Amino acid sequence: MTQPGLIERNSRADRTNHWLVAITFILLALSGLALFHPALFFLTDLFGGGPWTRILHPFIGAVMFASFAALSLRFWRHNVVNRDDRRWLAQWRDVMNNREDRLPEVGRYNGGQKVLFWVMVACLVLLLLTGIVIWRPYFSPAFPITLVRAALLLHAVSAFVLVLGIIVHVYAAIWVKGTMRAMTRGTVTADWARKHHPGWYRHVTGQRQ
Amino acid sequence: MALQSLDIRARSATTTPLSSVRRGVEVAKLIDISKCIGCKACQSACMEWNDLRDAVGENTGSYDNPQNLTESSWTVMRFFETEPQGRLEWLIRKDGCMHCADPGCLKACPAPGAIVQYANGIVDFHQENCIGCGYCVAGCPFDIPRIAKKDSKAYKCTLCSDRVAVGLEPACIKTCPTGALVFGSKEDMIEHGNGRIADLKERGFQNAGLYDPAGVGGTHVMYVLQHADQPGLYALPNDPKISPLVSLWKGISKPIALAALGLAALGAFFHYIRVGPNEITDEDKESHDTTRPDRAQ
Repeated sequence: MTQPGLIERNSRADRTNHWLVAITFILLALSGLALFHPALFFLTDLFGGGPWTRILHPFIGAVMFASFAALSLRFWRHNVVNRDDRRWLAQWRDVMNNREDRLPEVGRYNGGQKVLFWVMVACLVLLLLTGIVIWRPYFSPAFPITLVRAALLLHAVSAFVLVLGIIVHVYAAIWVKGTMRAMTRGTVTADWARKHHPGWYRHVTGQRQ
Repeated sequence: MALQSLDIRARSATTTPLSSVRRGVEVAKLIDISKCIGCKACQSACMEWNDLRDAVGENTGSYDNPQNLTESSWTVMRFFETEPQGRLEWLIRKDGCMHCADPGCLKACPAPGAIVQYANGIVDFHQENCIGCGYCVAGCPFDIPRIAKKDSKAYKCTLCSDRVAVGLEPACIKTCPTGALVFGSKEDMIEHGNGRIADLKERGFQNAGLYDPAGVGGTHVMYVLQHADQPGLYALPNDPKISPLVSLWKGISKPIALAALGLAALGAFFHYIRVGPNEITDEDKESHDTTRPDRAQ
């Protein structure tokens, strides 16, 4: 049961799904970066050495894609970008400087969260497709070499964009106080909801202005 | 210090310079296709010296056997029947690693020390460091490295680095009965090749020439081709170089991406320090809503 003064933001299933994606993402970022830059090759030690890193990475990737697919099926409806979101994005300076009072009303998610959601969807799809093309020893030998080369480059580029997106995602959760509990406890305070997501607050509390 | 003849000049996934004080002699193998009779003695010698036994293949109507390079066949003879000057020619090329001066395999490899280039120019795979990712396959412009099914390690011609290190010539050179294969300093091999080319030109092969492609910085395995204007006749790339896709991926994008990720984290940190967190202030709280005694946090 939700305590008074608290509003449920993410159900138990949402949270489980989110953290499954998050944990697999961390493992994939560490093992992927290890193979991306020589300075980070030491990270392969976390996975039991170079060959194990190479073996494990794609399997963990498949788990991440599957769990992200489930998550995005839950969330996509809330992430359709509308006109208010475009205005919100145009006013990024106000966003960055905590001048939320000047921004258009935000619903369940703000423009930044929505754009990030779709960027992640695109990255995950690209990572899956290119990942299959470069997956040795199982699939890679079946593809022409030029396609493998392009897939290797595209895999690195989309992983880079994804990691950059996650840095923004994690920082936003640290920056906007009271956010983290939405994913750890599942609830947010009514004040938090009213301040950051007034449209959603009105919707869930049934208030009309 | 290791054996001086095995001084390492370049090493995969290594971003700082390696031992470069000594400047040794660069070696090269010269393959004179006009002298090759396709006897495959070099294939046998390669198997013998390197202790490799490929599976017995099948006859598919050509002399090519095995059909392709494998983890256990580091060199194969490729046979081509062509009519480049209006008359039948049977061109036979010994295929194998070209030992590029600018090796795409080494550039692509993510495992430190899995691929090395010795001071003498030989490019060698060290299987104990190989992780089996196959990036070398994508990096190579000549389609040479093979990943073994048995152990997921990459294999290719070593130019008998173990023999050359102690002053012997590679096993294939040792066994070639016609002198189509010669080995020595790269300088000497170019000179020897030029002599052969002059001879071929006198015999009516006006387009004879040396295959030492500049796109990969030159190679330590060179060919004398009767038709150097048409490397395609021998299934050789016209102007081999590391694919721009690989160069981009393993070149400038690596430091830029790492720096960008670091800067993003740093930018976030300083945003927090300068702008501060976005908190619920007393003003945000609904003043008339004091009936709720249980507001969390």
